Amino acid sequence: MISARDISKRYGAVQALEGVSLDLAPGEVVALVGDNGAGKSTLVKIISGAVSPDSGGLFIDGEPVHVGNPHDAQRLGISTVYQDLALCENLDVVANLFLGSERRRLSFLNHIQMERSARDLLTSLDVRIRDIRVPVAMLSGGQRQSVAIARALIGEPRLVILDEPTAALGVEQTAQVLDLIRRLRERGLAVLLISHNLADVRAVSDRVVVLRLGRNAGEFRTADASQEAIVAAITGAAA
Amino acid sequence: MTNPTALVRKPYTPKEAVERLRHGDLGAWPVAGALIVIAIVFGSLNEHFLSSENLTNLALQMAATGTISLGIIMVLLLGEIDLSAGSVSGLCAVVMAILSERLHWNPLLAILAALVAGALVGLLHGLMFTRIRMPSFVVTLAGLIGWQGLLLYLLGSGGIINLPFDGFVAKLSDTWLPAWAAWTLTAGLVAVYAASGVISRRRRVAAELPVTAMWWLSARVGGLAVVLAGAVLVMSADRGVPLLLVIFGTLVVVFDLILRHTTFGRWMYAVGGNVEAARRAGINVTRIRVLAFVLSSVLAAFGGILSASRLSAVNQGSGGSDILLMAIAAAVIGGTSLFGGRGRTYAALLGILVIQSITNGMFLLSVDSSVRYMVTAAVLALAVAIDSLARRGNAT
Repeated sequence: MISARDISKRYGAVQALEGVSLDLAPGEVVALVGDNGAGKSTLVKIISGAVSPDSGGLFIDGEPVHVGNPHDAQRLGISTVYQDLALCENLDVVANLFLGSERRRLSFLNHIQMERSARDLLTSLDVRIRDIRVPVAMLSGGQRQSVAIARALIGEPRLVILDEPTAALGVEQTAQVLDLIRRLRERGLAVLLISHNLADVRAVSDRVVVLRLGRNAGEFRTADASQEAIVAAITGAAA
Repeated sequence: MTNPTALVRKPYTPKEAVERLRHGDLGAWPVAGALIVIAIVFGSLNEHFLSSENLTNLALQMAATGTISLGIIMVLLLGEIDLSAGSVSGLCAVVMAILSERLHWNPLLAILAALVAGALVGLLHGLMFTRIRMPSFVVTLAGLIGWQGLLLYLLGSGGIINLPFDGFVAKLSDTWLPAWAAWTLTAGLVAVYAASGVISRRRRVAAELPVTAMWWLSARVGGLAVVLAGAVLVMSADRGVPLLLVIFGTLVVVFDLILRHTTFGRWMYAVGGNVEAARRAGINVTRIRVLAFVLSSVLAAFGGILSASRLSAVNQGSGGSDILLMAIAAAVIGGTSLFGGRGRTYAALLGILVIQSITNGMFLLSVDSSVRYMVTAAVLALAVAIDSLARRGNAT
């Protein structure tokens, strides 16, 4: 269980977050929703180590942990897939999956071991790419998103943060990515999904956490919550 | 076939082949085609062009500029440019000449010192680019002028240093492999290539990975054997295979292996493809960039030394005139993208072969240098146009 407790962060005159808490359990997909400026990005940046909070902190299984930079977060098993994917389009799928953590002997790449692991990983996630040795530039948007998500799993993380994974995708490709998110849950990973698309959120998440103006503004079990209730929490209409 | 269940990678369907072409994945085919056209055109216009003497000269002429071009590829892969390579090659050749001729150093030591000087120049460029964040275009443009100035200053009023014809440096370009050595080398290269192909194929089958069909592997080994044997045959009919060509070829192969099989090489391509992605993946982008500039300048220095060896002298024109543009043009014509992240070291070999053939052929036809410049420019423009179109295909 990874928890963020009582997180506050101020940027100059703007109070981005104020006493926000969030629990992320293994095998659970939590959707983080909120209007623009609600503090979603700031919270994600704090959990993934890109930004330090003014107060509050992260706990793993109840123990406080220090996350000073993205590298710390990765070491603790927190992996982030950014909205802009951060893939090298000139490199093939295998090279992208292992970028920065290449399997090697001394400095020499172990191509075969990497390709074998890449195939196993993609197969286990049911990601279908005909030839994983072609440059990523030749893949569809959904395939690229799948590669980016698969890449987050290389370091055996316990939490995967997905920032707007379906924002740029068509209907069919969105369905593929949502399937992929379900398989992350089946693998026992904690998944934090940031999305503007309530249809996607309702389709794939177990729990919805709403932020509004930098505070917790509601938490729903997806199965029980109506779309109206979630929208009301996002806009503040219920208050 | 030992393993009937082995997955064989299927050849591309026509649709996929077109898709790859649209993405600029042309490989070496356009260049190979260009070389055939050049051979036919000049061969029919002048019977001397395809003579073994002229082709051997061609091999000799390629090495120096080709080595500089190899260095240019290192920075082009990052999407940067090195305009100083010509001046640096001249400067380092002068450093080598001064140390060996005026100060009577051991020639090997003088060469080593010149390469270190090149490395320092590259380090300076790299640090100005990464630390001060000056555009590489400006850093190396300053280098182009500045190092040329230092060269003139070092040469002083004399303006020329002759290297003795029987000295070590001059001998580099007047050493020819005897036939037995050339054939042994050829056989060795083909054997190593075939063995590595077979071993890698076996290991892939063992790991249950798709492999290329055996006939394709055989065809590639056969193709290499034919090309190498043809080259050796032609050059042995004249003076033999020049040592200079062997040196240049070794550099091309070694750097290709480094780029494709080491983490450093992988990270070069990554930085050239997407800097932000590379940085987020934990790659030390600054170190890769500095190293690329160091490599570029060291290879330029070595190219300058080879050039001095050919001329048996260094003078105020060393590394000047069109050497830099030839080197950049060769890299791009050979298929290295100006936008970074795409290209292999063989581009230096193929590109310089195209440019040098055109130059050489036009000399034989006594074409005026004005026409020669315009034709070379047209070829360069064509290569960059292909590169740009390929990039646009990628973006969509």
